[in-house]
Amino acid sequence: MDKTFNIVISGVGGQGLVTLLKIISQAAFDEGFDVKTSELHGLSQRGGSVEVYIRFGEQVFSPMVPKGQANLIIALEQQEVLNGAQFASKKSIFLINKYQTPTLAVDVGLDEIKQRLADVSKKVFVIPASEICQKKLGNEVVSGIYLLGYAVRKKYLPLPMKSLEEAIKKTMPEKFWELNLKALHLSKT
Amino acid sequence: MQELTRLQNERVILMGNEAIVRGALESGVQFVSTYPGTPASEIGNLFSEIAKNNDSIYFEFSTNEKTALEAAIGASFSGLKCLVAMKNFGMNVALESLIPFGYTGSKGATVIIVADDPSCHSSAQSEENSRGFAYLSHIPVLEPSDAQECLEFVRLGFQISKRFHLPVIVRTTTRVAHQKAVVQTSGLPKVRPSDAEFIKDKHRFVTMPPRVMEMHQELLDKISIIKLFVEDSDVNYVYGDLSTNTNTKRAGIITSGVAYLHVLEALRMLGKDVPVLKLGFFYPLPEQKIKDFIKPLKKVLIVEELDPYLEKEVAALAKSANPKLVIYGKNILPETGEMNPEIVAGAVAAVVRKKYVVPQSMVEGVKHFPRFCSGAATCPYWRVFAAIKKAVPENTVFGGDIGCYMIAALPPHNLYDYMFCMGSSIGIGHGIAKATNGQQKVVTLIGDGTFFHSGIEALLNAVYNQSNLLAIIVDNRITAMTGHQPNPGMGKAAETDAAPEIKIEEVARALGVKNIKIVDPVDGFDELVTSIQEYYPKNEISVIIAKRICALLEKRQKQ
Ligand SMILES: Cc1ncc(C[n+]2csc(CCOP(=O)(O)OP(=O)(O)O)c2C)c(N)n1
Repeated sequence: MDKTFNIVISGVGGQGLVTLLKIISQAAFDEGFDVKTSELHGLSQRGGSVEVYIRFGEQVFSPMVPKGQANLIIALEQQEVLNGAQFASKKSIFLINKYQTPTLAVDVGLDEIKQRLADVSKKVFVIPASEICQKKLGNEVVSGIYLLGYAVRKKYLPLPMKSLEEAIKKTMPEKFWELNLKALHLSKT
Repeated sequence: MQELTRLQNERVILMGNEAIVRGALESGVQFVSTYPGTPASEIGNLFSEIAKNNDSIYFEFSTNEKTALEAAIGASFSGLKCLVAMKNFGMNVALESLIPFGYTGSKGATVIIVADDPSCHSSAQSEENSRGFAYLSHIPVLEPSDAQECLEFVRLGFQISKRFHLPVIVRTTTRVAHQKAVVQTSGLPKVRPSDAEFIKDKHRFVTMPPRVMEMHQELLDKISIIKLFVEDSDVNYVYGDLSTNTNTKRAGIITSGVAYLHVLEALRMLGKDVPVLKLGFFYPLPEQKIKDFIKPLKKVLIVEELDPYLEKEVAALAKSANPKLVIYGKNILPETGEMNPEIVAGAVAAVVRKKYVVPQSMVEGVKHFPRFCSGAATCPYWRVFAAIKKAVPENTVFGGDIGCYMIAALPPHNLYDYMFCMGSSIGIGHGIAKATNGQQKVVTLIGDGTFFHSGIEALLNAVYNQSNLLAIIVDNRITAMTGHQPNPGMGKAAETDAAPEIKIEEVARALGVKNIKIVDPVDGFDELVTSIQEYYPKNEISVIIAKRICALLEKRQKQ
């Protein structure tokens, strides 16, 4: 019936969620899909919880992912996956960056997070993207791009790597290309 | 961002706000004024870049929304095509000039963008619904649903304004302004550098009785003519087919704004085919079109965010068009918070009697509170709040204002005892100080940006009427929260790095404040503590300017 592909990315303000959104939506558009996204700005920029939605398919109506319809949930901060999970179905794929910042309220540890997600989906993957990017590239800001490359390589995101490379070039100033392209391909090595 | 000016006839991905800018460019806009506010801020940010390299477009960050609107009114009276942009609360500030602007009407076509934020994603203070300004001002209001309509409705707004000599409001919400979608652009007209002239016309521009009463009538007459235009306009249309509407027991849906997109999504989720009347105009409404739509129906669902304005209008029209019509709206949909596909699906399902369970997640979420920047660029406000904590007793009444420093209302600070709108920390603090005969000490916090926006008036009142509050002005040398726009304290403006630098201490002195200190909260932390302690017991008004550049700005300047 509805073959829209739905992505929810959750994290905290400043982690580059909007950059990821731009790249994925540009790539999906270049592949000939209709695209709608929604993002948040303002207070949420300052380290608060943020989530953005990206939807692509033949014809997309709402810019918001309907609950129970997320195909791919990416969390750039591990606790934030619990917010992304609100949109999950049994088939959702979860990619969680193993990285934590305090909520300033009650924090939830990784074991507890995994336990809460156990009943939701079997495809929950925790990946130390921040750590790998810091170690290999000296910069953890690209951990989202790393996860994006991972998702494409594993076919969790039905877009060709080539069009994501192009999208990086189209949406970013040239001085950032090298670092981001490296991060995109880093999970292969 | 310059790409927006380079596009031709193309299909591209644009954010709603980018599409608004593009729509204004395609209309040949000449004069743009704004005051920043999420979710409208990108419009000003983009124009501040575009206008730098363009001698046919004037752009300014005005000092507040009222001065922004007034600047545009002056430019419109001088014959220029004008765009003004602000967030919902800004319209409250500008309202004083908005209403007479309806009476005089515009000369150069004028479009006003006002951005609402249901669910308060990036707003404090209220879930204000700007559609209500239509009733107050009789100014036409358009409501785009997607990025394409953002572009088209701005163009339509300019056309209507040109034809009927009335400003037009385009009202967005967060899910429209910050939506990215595929947009078809058109070419740009050639705009010549302005040769504007203010041609005197007292009959038109002076609102004074008895003439103002005539103007009121003229405005209402204009609206009756615009109503005819609206009836024919294709931005109000029916999606779906009334004649195939057999399996849904003659139900229909009326909707507008982003809720329309949720409705289409919901119908797809439910596999239902219900005719939808999509309204691009909120004011004036295409009343005949609505009557024709509801006439054959047994029931209608009105899907609109926040207040039930449309619902009430439809109920009134149904009295003559279809008195037996069953109207669903806020009885099964929320009146607070934004809508989403599942909420709408739940309501549609109830109306067409289809089984649908709104999916409920069993997973408990988390909340990261926004915080002052730390790490490589550590916000100087950390030290301001540490100094306050050290210097004053806990029973002090703390007044908060609007800017990054409002984060101190949240954990771990939990500081403020009241918080309203821009400038009100001092305004309300003054009232508390007077009411309690100065016995309960009030300490207020306000930023440089907000001080220039509307703190000055409040400080003037507090001096004039003699209260003893201590106002701490956190001067981080920029309007940070909305994305780093210039303000009068910086010696910079939108199109120039050589604007006069207005000094807060000089303003305060001129207003009559006698106790004034300027302290760097990081390098002069101890001095900040002792200054607060020195001024705290004073029985007259005091001002401390905690002056230190925003750490993000400093980092950016070094790069
Ligand atoms: C009437 C109105 N206009 C605009 C806004 C949006 N807004 C929120 S904070 C802010 C400015 C804050 O600047 P400043 O006081 O310098 O504080 P900073 O963020 O730099 O700490 C603005 C314009 C608003 N909330 N209300």
